[in-house]
Amino acid sequence: MTPTAPIAQKPRTDVNPVRIYTLRIDGRDVSGREDETILTVARQNGIFIPTLCHLDGLAERGACRLCIVEIQGSPKLFAACVTLVKQDMDVITDSARIRDYRRKILELIFSERNHVCAVCVVNGNCELQDLAVKLGMTHVRYDYLNPPQSVDASHPRFSLDHNRCVLCLRCIRVCKDIEGASTWDISGRGIHARIISDLNQPWGESETCTGCGKCVQVCPTGALSEKGKSVAEMTKRPQFLPYLQMMRKEAEI
Amino acid sequence: MTPATASPALSSPSLSPATPDKRLRIIDRTMRLHGYASHALIETLHAVQEAFGYLEPDLMRYVAGRLKVPLSRVYAVATFYHFFTLKPPGEHTCVLCKGTACYISGTAEIFRKVEEMLGIHAGETTADGKISLMTARCLGACGLAPAGVFDGTVVGNLTLDTVVNKLQAWRSHDADHRESAGDRENRNRCR
Repeated sequence: MTPTAPIAQKPRTDVNPVRIYTLRIDGRDVSGREDETILTVARQNGIFIPTLCHLDGLAERGACRLCIVEIQGSPKLFAACVTLVKQDMDVITDSARIRDYRRKILELIFSERNHVCAVCVVNGNCELQDLAVKLGMTHVRYDYLNPPQSVDASHPRFSLDHNRCVLCLRCIRVCKDIEGASTWDISGRGIHARIISDLNQPWGESETCTGCGKCVQVCPTGALSEKGKSVAEMTKRPQFLPYLQMMRKEAEI
Repeated sequence: MTPATASPALSSPSLSPATPDKRLRIIDRTMRLHGYASHALIETLHAVQEAFGYLEPDLMRYVAGRLKVPLSRVYAVATFYHFFTLKPPGEHTCVLCKGTACYISGTAEIFRKVEEMLGIHAGETTADGKISLMTARCLGACGLAPAGVFDGTVVGNLTLDTVVNKLQAWRSHDADHRESAGDRENRNRCR
């Protein structure tokens, strides 16, 4: 129920020093702090793990499951973004099984809504599109659901297209944790889940929205976009997030 | 503890401008019992639904303001749980159990016929606002299968005929007609 609750709570560092663990990722010996996730350590060492709902600077969600990895000794697959490193862990980030699952997950995302790249504002700058190319998704083997979804263009500067939404919940997390407005949340559940602002009001009539546009910048697809952008004209810059957090930390000290 | 009623969201909703609604006091009491803690949201929504029959946007706004919970979170919780309804219920509610025992002893067929007869699907209310049709996963009364709940009364060993008769009676409001929420309220007001 709490979509934005941080999953990995940080241990107190003032009472006992942070431990450093050594582990293996793809056969390479690496080391990571006990409060770091497999994804963080892998990225530090230049090992690629695809992600969609993860974004540097936001609380982890573990929703998209694209970052699944194998850990030796367990038949389960683990989401690298929410699994903390452990001593002597042996992680495999790429295998035929993982590749197959990742492609399936992508295909399910594509079949769930109407992702028509040819007429999308972020065509060419889309994280979902990039992932499909990178993971070698050539076709969708499932039936498209073609759900009737609406477009909310009531906001003076931005528009929301439910057709392109992948429910990564980045907009919800950035609005709650960074902007502090909590304008976005998710209504319904399962296949009926969709993003809503306030009491399911049109975005333009939302009382809490500050119009900061952070949600637009972090959205991986064309679901949230600036108005006045035509096909393939919209680019996003989520890089502001780590910067913003760094500056805020500076201000605290 | 009580927040100042400065902003419009915190003042009483515009449901009954002249007289303070008794039902609102029940909601206030629930919130006060929990010290206006934000985690009392579900509990409070329960109280709202019990008092008003459904969750009205004005009331959700009121609860959100009092508990200091974002509006979007209130709406998210209200739509996540099947128990909560955002639409006013009909005068009468008919719940048919679709648990395994009831299903194999024939609710599926009864349900299909009832949907056809009323022209609505599960979770909807007839256009005249008389009858709401709902399904339950299991009533815990599998010995009575097929079972249903008619206006809060569990009825077992249903047949198509008994269900149809019941619904017909509701529709025509004959002797079988139980007092509705509106009648009850009117009586309370007269006292």
